[in-house]
Amino acid sequence: MELSKTVNQSNTIITEKKYSPLKEFWKNWKRQKTALWASFFILLLIIIAVVGPYIAPYDPYKPDYNSMLQGPGSKHFAGTDEYGRDIFSRLLVGSRISLSVSFLSVFLGAIVGTILGLISGYFGGWLDRFIMRSSDVMFAFPDLLLAIAIVAILGPGLNNVVIAVSIFSVPSFARLVRGATLEAKETVFVEAAKSMGASHFRIMFQHILPETLGSLIVFISMRIGTAILAASSLSFLGLGASPETPDWGAMLSLGRDYLGTSSHVVMMPGIAIFLTVLAFNVVGDGLRDVLDPKTKNE
Amino acid sequence: MLQYIIKRILEMIPILFIVSILIFFFTHLIPGDPARLVAGKDATLEEVTIIRAELGLDKPIWEQYGSYMNHLFHGNLGTSLKTGLPVMDLFVDRFMPSIYLTLFSMVWALVIGLLIGTLSAVFKNKWPDYFGMVTAVSGISLPGFWLGLILIQIFSVQLGWFPTGGAEGWKSYVLPSITLGAGIMSMLARFTRSSLLETLKADFIRTGRAKGLKESVVIPKHALRNSLIPVVTIAGLQFGFLLGGSVVVETVFSFPGMGRLLIDSIAFRDYPVIQAELLLFSLEFILVNLLVDILYSFLNPKIRYVA
Repeated sequence: MELSKTVNQSNTIITEKKYSPLKEFWKNWKRQKTALWASFFILLLIIIAVVGPYIAPYDPYKPDYNSMLQGPGSKHFAGTDEYGRDIFSRLLVGSRISLSVSFLSVFLGAIVGTILGLISGYFGGWLDRFIMRSSDVMFAFPDLLLAIAIVAILGPGLNNVVIAVSIFSVPSFARLVRGATLEAKETVFVEAAKSMGASHFRIMFQHILPETLGSLIVFISMRIGTAILAASSLSFLGLGASPETPDWGAMLSLGRDYLGTSSHVVMMPGIAIFLTVLAFNVVGDGLRDVLDPKTKNE
Repeated sequence: MLQYIIKRILEMIPILFIVSILIFFFTHLIPGDPARLVAGKDATLEEVTIIRAELGLDKPIWEQYGSYMNHLFHGNLGTSLKTGLPVMDLFVDRFMPSIYLTLFSMVWALVIGLLIGTLSAVFKNKWPDYFGMVTAVSGISLPGFWLGLILIQIFSVQLGWFPTGGAEGWKSYVLPSITLGAGIMSMLARFTRSSLLETLKADFIRTGRAKGLKESVVIPKHALRNSLIPVVTIAGLQFGFLLGGSVVVETVFSFPGMGRLLIDSIAFRDYPVIQAELLLFSLEFILVNLLVDILYSFLNPKIRYVA
């Protein structure tokens, strides 16, 4: 932390902290109690996603026909599935799949959408009309249907789920960034940069992009929840992860036949998806209140 | 107003045209030879060639698109590769149940969403507000297919109140509608709350209260009516969410609707059905957005659209 010295009236030297956006953010973030807890939960999930395969008590792929469909107990914390596989171990390993699929798809969508939005808002004219009309065409397909159509073309599989979910995220990000760019390009500092001969690339990425970051971060956090739901829905429909993969959606899809007799097979992955999406939505709400005061929800 | 509606309808045409091209070419990118699928695994090369010619698949793709559009304008959506029946015949039985399901879901989501949102705003920072908003955030985060399975387990298997699937009688619509509408209801509750809180700060509300109007008049007649504008927009935009969600919900409830037909068609690579369905879904979505825009202008007299 940089410190500057000022002299007060009685000539004693006092130290004064310089403004730090990060510190300001943390001060406001601490006030968002629920969002703070949700962010700790997400942090824990990320740690689990990283170390999950190493700390899992059982092999998540290995069937054990002597312990099929056992309820939660001391030996199997979350019970076992129809092949006798430990559900807790599958959930731990599955967290890596769910988080990486959703993070990757949202970030890919955000990168492409942001670049298109910046270009569209900054240059205007026919380029703007072309990008916005193309996004209108994409908006003509409901999100999940678009993802289903893309997976139908590319074939089932997690890689294609990432592509499908990122494609349906692109127009939303493009719209959001275009709006923010239109506002930012009218500001004095962009005018100043232009008059100093800064290149279009520099103005877009060094001056305008930081202005859109607040709304972008909020939107990314909210889209991650949507992406987890979309990816697990595709897996549930048999269009995502293959059935033996410990993906939360695929686990739910396999377990539904046993709902009547062994409900834990469906309950456990369902709770995992629900809590994860809930945490991202709560964090998204909190971030919006802190970073994007214009859309602040009282 | 009429000028605006005509302008919007005219704007729809190029979008629908591009959508139709995209759907046609994308469905042709689906791996697998449709002629081979129809002919069966044991068919000879000659048989497959004959079927390919019958289906018109041996012609250049632009010609195929031209013939597809020509048929489309004559109400012919093609023939299902799986059943050999005209696609229109497959849609006849499934279209209305899906529309009813979507409408029921939207209606209950609107009513309950508005109610929860209003109560949350009126009792801001009190227990109805906390309860309403916890319900709303939870509703948005619930995976629809999971909620559906839990509802089946409780209300169909254990209590026996509703059927586990199908679309016979009003009872078979209850659980799928609850499942499909839960997310929208939550979203609408949140938007109603924030929109109503914003309106309650307005000068005309203060004037109304200063005149001695009762809260039972101020809230529904003055505040809620003005807060409805953004809520209607959101409700319309979420219609697409319902169309997408219906695919999942119909699969969970074995509901004989359009969504389930789409999944079955994808599994069989029945591309005439897939492309007709996607086109119909986007047409529905675009039409609903148009209706929302028109409703928007009715609700807000300040808005004067200039064609």
